[in-house]
Amino acid sequence: MTDQDRKPALRLEGIVKTFPGVRALDGVSLSVMPGEVHALMGENGAGKSTLMKVLGGLHQPNEGRIFIGDEPVVMGSPMDAKAKGVVFIHQELSLAEELSVAENIYLGQLPRKSFGRVDWTRLHADSDAILKRLNCGFGSGAIVGELSIANMQMVEIARALTVDAKAVIFDEPTASLTDAEKVVLFEVIADLRKQGVGIVYISHRMEEIFRISDRISVLRDGAYRGTLKTAETDEDEVTRLMIGRSLDLSRNAEHVELGDVALEVRGLSCGKLFHDVSFDLRAGEVLGFYGLVGAGRTEIAETLFGLRTPTAGKILLKGREVTIHSPMDAIAHGLSLVPEDRKSQGLILGMNCRDNITLPQVDDLTAGPFVSDGAEIAIFDQYRDRLDIKTPSWRQLVGNLSGGNQQKIVIGKWLSMRPEVLIVDEPTRGIDVGSKSEIHNLIRELAKSGYAVIVISSEMPEVLRVSDRVAAMYSGKLMRIFTADEVTEDNLVQAISGLSENSRVA
Amino acid sequence: MADERTKQVGAFLARQGILVAFVLFMIGFALANHRFVAIDNILGVVRSSAILGVMALGVTFVVISGNLDLSVGSMMSFSTIVVLDLHDKLGPALAIPAMFAMTLALGALIGFLVGYLRLNSLIVTLGMLSAIHGLTLTYSGGKNMDIADKAGTWFGGIGRGSVLGIPGPILIFGLLALVLGVTLAKTPFGRKVYAVGGNGTAAIFSGIPRARVVFMTYLVSSFCVATAGLLQASRSLGSQNTVGQGLELEVLAAVILGGASLLGGSGTVFKTVVGVLILGFIQNGLLLVGLEFYVQYVVTWIIIILAVWLDVAAKRGRILSPIA
Repeated sequence: MTDQDRKPALRLEGIVKTFPGVRALDGVSLSVMPGEVHALMGENGAGKSTLMKVLGGLHQPNEGRIFIGDEPVVMGSPMDAKAKGVVFIHQELSLAEELSVAENIYLGQLPRKSFGRVDWTRLHADSDAILKRLNCGFGSGAIVGELSIANMQMVEIARALTVDAKAVIFDEPTASLTDAEKVVLFEVIADLRKQGVGIVYISHRMEEIFRISDRISVLRDGAYRGTLKTAETDEDEVTRLMIGRSLDLSRNAEHVELGDVALEVRGLSCGKLFHDVSFDLRAGEVLGFYGLVGAGRTEIAETLFGLRTPTAGKILLKGREVTIHSPMDAIAHGLSLVPEDRKSQGLILGMNCRDNITLPQVDDLTAGPFVSDGAEIAIFDQYRDRLDIKTPSWRQLVGNLSGGNQQKIVIGKWLSMRPEVLIVDEPTRGIDVGSKSEIHNLIRELAKSGYAVIVISSEMPEVLRVSDRVAAMYSGKLMRIFTADEVTEDNLVQAISGLSENSRVA
Repeated sequence: MADERTKQVGAFLARQGILVAFVLFMIGFALANHRFVAIDNILGVVRSSAILGVMALGVTFVVISGNLDLSVGSMMSFSTIVVLDLHDKLGPALAIPAMFAMTLALGALIGFLVGYLRLNSLIVTLGMLSAIHGLTLTYSGGKNMDIADKAGTWFGGIGRGSVLGIPGPILIFGLLALVLGVTLAKTPFGRKVYAVGGNGTAAIFSGIPRARVVFMTYLVSSFCVATAGLLQASRSLGSQNTVGQGLELEVLAAVILGGASLLGGSGTVFKTVVGVLILGFIQNGLLLVGLEFYVQYVVTWIIIILAVWLDVAAKRGRILSPIA
């Protein structure tokens, strides 16, 4: 059977969506065959989420049509979309954690008996049938809040299967899953496609896309850039379509002239979070911190930045011992932290770009008693140009920028403080592949221009790409510091799994 | 072209909806009763709104920083009673600073509890509403407070006098609005208030002393309350223990009407002044069209609900929304 013989399960045709001043979608078309996994890729801000909101009935398109099978449809609301067989599995889970699995699966449509009483027998029977179809290892009576994240996601998927789904849209479904859990998810997806459901799979992760998809459609700047057959393409081609150029994924091989020791940490401990951590950091150097979530990397950064009080140990800046009680102290000593969670810790989303950048130094940017507009705009202009921040004006609210530009605002905020030591925690989390390499290059440049930089990351390619040395953390302990020449993927993985104690090469 | 213009008008309405509604109200009332737009009526409304307005200025700081202050009404009763009592004991020149010091001390206590101990501001200030009321009754022994020699003191000049034809309360309200408006919009402190209310965690990560900023907003609020108490005492030269009762909700109504978000991070002093005037004129207009005074309590509530609903509807782009 060829593509021409079959009717698409879901078809979008010439969708245009404009917001004041922005053409978010410019004539996007997409068709998903029954039983096909169709990957949708694009940088942040390329229009993927807007397209999905149009499909889900949250936005009405200005132009264009949506077809399910042969039938043109109008999606009035998310409930409407679901009733028509288009179901979304979101990255963020939307479950009532206090309720049972069955109640969550049929939330809002519980089966009824007379006098509006819930038909519990039928509810659990129906739910268990769906769970069985998904090969879930838990029953419909379990309380959702007690399940693992992966199992909660299964509940979300189960919820999708209560209707006769024509198309299921997965939006970054693996963001919080372990490798083993991903395997289960992919099995479920394979199962769904066998049943003839069309699947749209949105993800930044290339290896997943190539593992499970049949075709890949790419958006860039709100426009449709083409559809590739997965079997006939490679990562490079997809990347070029997404960002308009090739990507540099090599390891760091530069050897920069190192300056004086900027930061010395001696036997630093903080309760049970981390213990007896010692390292040096020189000007012009990038020290990567790699380890599993919970290994204590972020906690070290927070302690250095005065957000936690150490229980033992010393911190020396430029050879002088310092005590840091608060972020204000840290900033005064020339330490800066680009935090892990950009939206909740790094930015004030309802504030404009300029005010976010100048926030830590607003006390010093005064003319008389007032904040000097001119001085602030000068700083904003300088870092907008240096970091290539894309925003129509400094008045734009930070919440309206793409993830990559938001991250640049946070980095710009701290660079403008001219720190001696810059700590960057998960610099590219949730950022698309194009902006990612931009930020990697930026970190290398910063080191070259004399900053001492700590990069904390959960992504091995990232650590290898930017670091001069890599510190491996396991369960609150600093296992080993590798130089760029020593480090390999194997010995790094060993170190962060706590395996290297015996096989340690001194 | 025409389409573009409709869009611009739409955007303007969404931003300035409250102002537009206000103008429509004014026109409606003016048509119903031409006394409404008489100069002396307008001046009267502004003057009687001034005390509420002064308090709303301070609460604007608290609300923008992401907290609430429900204690201002009861605190205003306190400062009124204290300054009247001390007037006869110490003389007006000492009574006024003494009363300010005592009121600021109450503000500092709230600021400490909410800012440094991070207690929920709703609970703290609701408790303070009751506690300060008790304090006032204890202080006054439950009696009304009167100045003995009403004719022989300059004290009444503050609330009753006028400069260049502008009544004292309006002048003080205007001056304070100007000073606090500039403080909020133009100084580093003002910027920090927005930052703390917009995202307290990110503010801390940017080296902003969140606790100190919150503490300061309650000092500003209690300073405004003390000023309002002074105006009240000076205008009446005698007062009941309960003179400020219920004002906390009217103050909050004015701040919300002006468009400050209860979630913090947005609002301006100018908008609050507009909110105060809207509330004042609507209450006055209702009286002039012949509604009974008590109806106002209900109508005020309806107006608040309308304002909040319009605000939310403008933000989410439709009147009834399936999501938030």
